[in-house]
Amino acid sequence: MSEIRHHISEPLIAAYVAGNVAQPYALVIAAHVSMCEECRARMAAHEMAGGAVLEATDGHVISTDLRAQVLDALDHAAPNEAQAYQRSGIFPAPVMEALKGKPPKWKSLGFGVRQSILQSGDDGSVRLLYIPAGQEMPNHSHDGLELTLVLQGAFSDEDGRFGVGDVEVADDDVDHAPVAEAGEACICLAATGAPLKFRSWMPRLLQPLFRI
Amino acid sequence: MLTLEQSHQETLQTEPAVLARAQQNRENVEQKTQQGYSEQTVWMLAVKMQRDRAAFCKLFDYYAPRLKGFVMRSGVSGAQAEEIVQDVMLTIWRKAGQFDPHRAQVSSWIYQVARNRQIDVLRRERRPMPEDLAEPDQATEDASQILALEQEAQRLRLALSRLKPRQREMVEKAYLGELSHAEIQEETGLPLGTIKSRIRLGLEKLRHELKELRSS
Repeated sequence: MSEIRHHISEPLIAAYVAGNVAQPYALVIAAHVSMCEECRARMAAHEMAGGAVLEATDGHVISTDLRAQVLDALDHAAPNEAQAYQRSGIFPAPVMEALKGKPPKWKSLGFGVRQSILQSGDDGSVRLLYIPAGQEMPNHSHDGLELTLVLQGAFSDEDGRFGVGDVEVADDDVDHAPVAEAGEACICLAATGAPLKFRSWMPRLLQPLFRI
Repeated sequence: MLTLEQSHQETLQTEPAVLARAQQNRENVEQKTQQGYSEQTVWMLAVKMQRDRAAFCKLFDYYAPRLKGFVMRSGVSGAQAEEIVQDVMLTIWRKAGQFDPHRAQVSSWIYQVARNRQIDVLRRERRPMPEDLAEPDQATEDASQILALEQEAQRLRLALSRLKPRQREMVEKAYLGELSHAEIQEETGLPLGTIKSRIRLGLEKLRHELKELRSS
């Protein structure tokens, strides 16, 4: 794997560790950390800071029953765990979990561009994008933060080149036009804050085809 | 160490093998504390390696009240906080095998388990987590790495206690999950850079060991 040059920002890792990042972004961050030891170490450093805050917290009296209950339960079998997913091909474990272990269901957006929506809701959406080699993605702007993690191939835009493992953190004022590198198709995991925003460029993309 | 010995004697009967193991555990604990490991790390390792209940009781008595206080700070009722404490402490017992002192402190691990649990309860959905690192079954303990991380943790606690009240409040809010990433400052005033470098060494060691295992 080529060296990862574009990482998750420090405040975003801290917010993720503290559990205050919307699910779509959390998925991209978890996937990036799965691929990036630098960010895994930074995440662990923030967990240590969280641990230090926990250590420094004033204790509350625990009811006497609780201790006995916990000690009694030590011998009980653990409740069934959610299935643990493994990395598969280019998809790290958290992406496989979002896919429920199945291959992505691609939907064509025209010009060979495909998408597979993993989650979409009030707190944003996250999808896999497939962009043929050399293809320019339609210019799109978005509300709020957009995180794009490269899983295969590479793309370039005004902010530089993004290869496998790199993540682009784009604010809402960035109006960017990424171009997939020649050679291999580029597959990305992209999270946006607004659930419908990404669809809004679809009609524009389809315009030349349908002349609408 | 007195209570540890007492509870060993209370819970364990006179079977020679059991007594010998208890003796062995005690020696391990003493040896590791002398090496400079914190009590918490020693207790956690005893739970991980020997499934030592007395050590688990120590962990419970140390962390459960803090954990309850911590959880209640985010507005959770006392009764609900105790449910979370129960779940978290049981997870610590059941998943003790995942504790790796080369790259985590007990408190950071408990913090993480508690945050996960709290989010599960709040949102009723599991939050995405990075994939686990494969760990060799028989990892060799690198005391110098563990000790160095303990020292970093000590420096971190000191730095936290020395923050100005306003800054400390911001740090606490950030790790309680009350600030968005846009509200969290790049510079926290905590020595996280050196900790990150230290943990990277721990990760490299792990990767190296896995590679050796595969090639052997």
